[in-house]
Amino acid sequence: MAFDPAHLDRTAHEHAAALRAGDYTATALTEATLERLRQQEHLNAYITLTEDLALRQAQEADARLRVGEGGPLTGVPVGVKDLLSTRDVRTTAGSRMLEDFTPVLDCTVVERLNAAGAVTVGKTNLDEFAMGSSTEHSAFGPTRNPWGRDGQGNLDRVPGGSSGGSAATVAARGVPLSLGTDTGGSIRQPAALCGVLGMKPTYGRVSRFGVVAFASSLEQVGPIGRDAEDVADLLQAIAGQDQMDSTTAPVPVPDFKERFARGLDGLRVGVPAEFFGEGLDPAVRQPVEAAIDAMEAQGATIVRDIALPSVRAALPVYYIIAPSEASANLARYDGVKYGFAVTDGLSAEDEMARTRGEGFGAEVKRRVMLGTYALSAGYYDAYYLKAQKVRTVIRGEFEAALEQCDVIVSPTSPNTAFRFAEKLDDPYAMYLNDLYTIPVNIAGNPGLSIPCGFADGLPVGLQLVGRPFEEATLLGVAHAYEAIADWNRQAPPPVGTQG
Amino acid sequence: MALTTEEVRHIAKLARIALTDEEIERYREQLSGILDHFEVLNEVDTEGVSPTAQAFALSNVQRPDEVRPSLSPEDVLRNAPRTEDGYLRVRAVLE
Repeated sequence: MAFDPAHLDRTAHEHAAALRAGDYTATALTEATLERLRQQEHLNAYITLTEDLALRQAQEADARLRVGEGGPLTGVPVGVKDLLSTRDVRTTAGSRMLEDFTPVLDCTVVERLNAAGAVTVGKTNLDEFAMGSSTEHSAFGPTRNPWGRDGQGNLDRVPGGSSGGSAATVAARGVPLSLGTDTGGSIRQPAALCGVLGMKPTYGRVSRFGVVAFASSLEQVGPIGRDAEDVADLLQAIAGQDQMDSTTAPVPVPDFKERFARGLDGLRVGVPAEFFGEGLDPAVRQPVEAAIDAMEAQGATIVRDIALPSVRAALPVYYIIAPSEASANLARYDGVKYGFAVTDGLSAEDEMARTRGEGFGAEVKRRVMLGTYALSAGYYDAYYLKAQKVRTVIRGEFEAALEQCDVIVSPTSPNTAFRFAEKLDDPYAMYLNDLYTIPVNIAGNPGLSIPCGFADGLPVGLQLVGRPFEEATLLGVAHAYEAIADWNRQAPPPVGTQG
Repeated sequence: MALTTEEVRHIAKLARIALTDEEIERYREQLSGILDHFEVLNEVDTEGVSPTAQAFALSNVQRPDEVRPSLSPEDVLRNAPRTEDGYLRVRAVLE
């Protein structure tokens, strides 16, 4: 049975329905997917393609489908961020430090993906150790945004980051779904810049066991997809408490599609002024305001008198807490147990310092240095402790605001996809990309970015923030919005083998 | 807040990262610039506020104490740069 490559533009739930109906097999879908991913090599969305594994998984999926056992992800191709440990498949974290590292275990999330019958096609590109907002900090070269073209038609813009590979491959119709991780915006910001959906679940909703650690109190694994239903299905597969991660919450996992029939009527939508101030590109503001108006026209009540005054301190809080945790988490890369190692040094300490000096890239070294400084004697109270206290204040403000409304909306990123190298020499300018996403990690709440229009031909994302463990509310709003605006169905021009 | 070259060298030593002189100077400038942005923290009143280490803190999380298989020695050493007779090999720390 011939497989029409046009089917590759389908969503995961469309594939699932076709697979169950026997319109095509998981093997045919996987072969066509791998062929397209090879054609899209120019995007550099993947560090490793796992073709043999994918075809094996597709055969297993077909066996399950034949006996009527398939679930929503059975036989569906999924990309996996190369920060997630995969047994016998190298896991680089985008770093030279782990270039040849092959985990002996699957992380819990991948284990659950496998149990759901998904076909994992490869490991997606990322900023080194998930530190960055452009995927330019990957030791394996930057990923290209399929939307950004210069006058000659060359792809000249970043996909955002750090989950840039995961967002770009979904946007380019390489795969319908992928997994990313989000510590300060690393799922939502690339999803926004690539015109797809991306969710950071509530802290504790998804297991971090087997995820290469960056900032443990902030990060979550989450789904990237092209509609709310797909995102809900992938979250459904990975969510829930895990004995191997004691920070996963003992909270029941609901049906993440339970609000799909609800619509927007009566929904209270909070619009905080703090997320529309200085630094927001007017071209981004326009589609975001239009989306808010469209929700109001569908019966939503817009609540403008909510206040999040301390979010102006969120970026400093983040750039103290995250690097501090990173400086501890990355202490394990010592050239002894695994990873890159300098072995011809003068002493043990010399070898360790050179291993880290040569194995880590510029941004990782910058953040480890920053965290080391913030935790060092004499500065701990002024920086780390103060940041943790401000974190409490920010959390409280989100809690109070979400008593006055059901969901907070804002732009996901203050700007659209920027050109390569534009912000590489100015770390703080790069950090500002996550101005609106970082506060959500600090508070721990769930956040979802959905496509809401374009500015100068580049996608714009709308961020929805909900109460803790109310991901279903965000997905319900996204689903209702998709019924009135089809931004999520806009596809970039096809990506060929050249420019 | 301007960091000195000596301070940056000290941080690099604490972090066990070997840096070139050129890197030291670049990080001195960049980290100083980033620290300037941290001043805004002092505008938030945190009198009497307790610190948050984690958004939804759980305490004393327990699970059944069951015997489970652990990694084999081969798996543990599989990614090690230097091994000898089933051990990780390191440089002598004390001569």
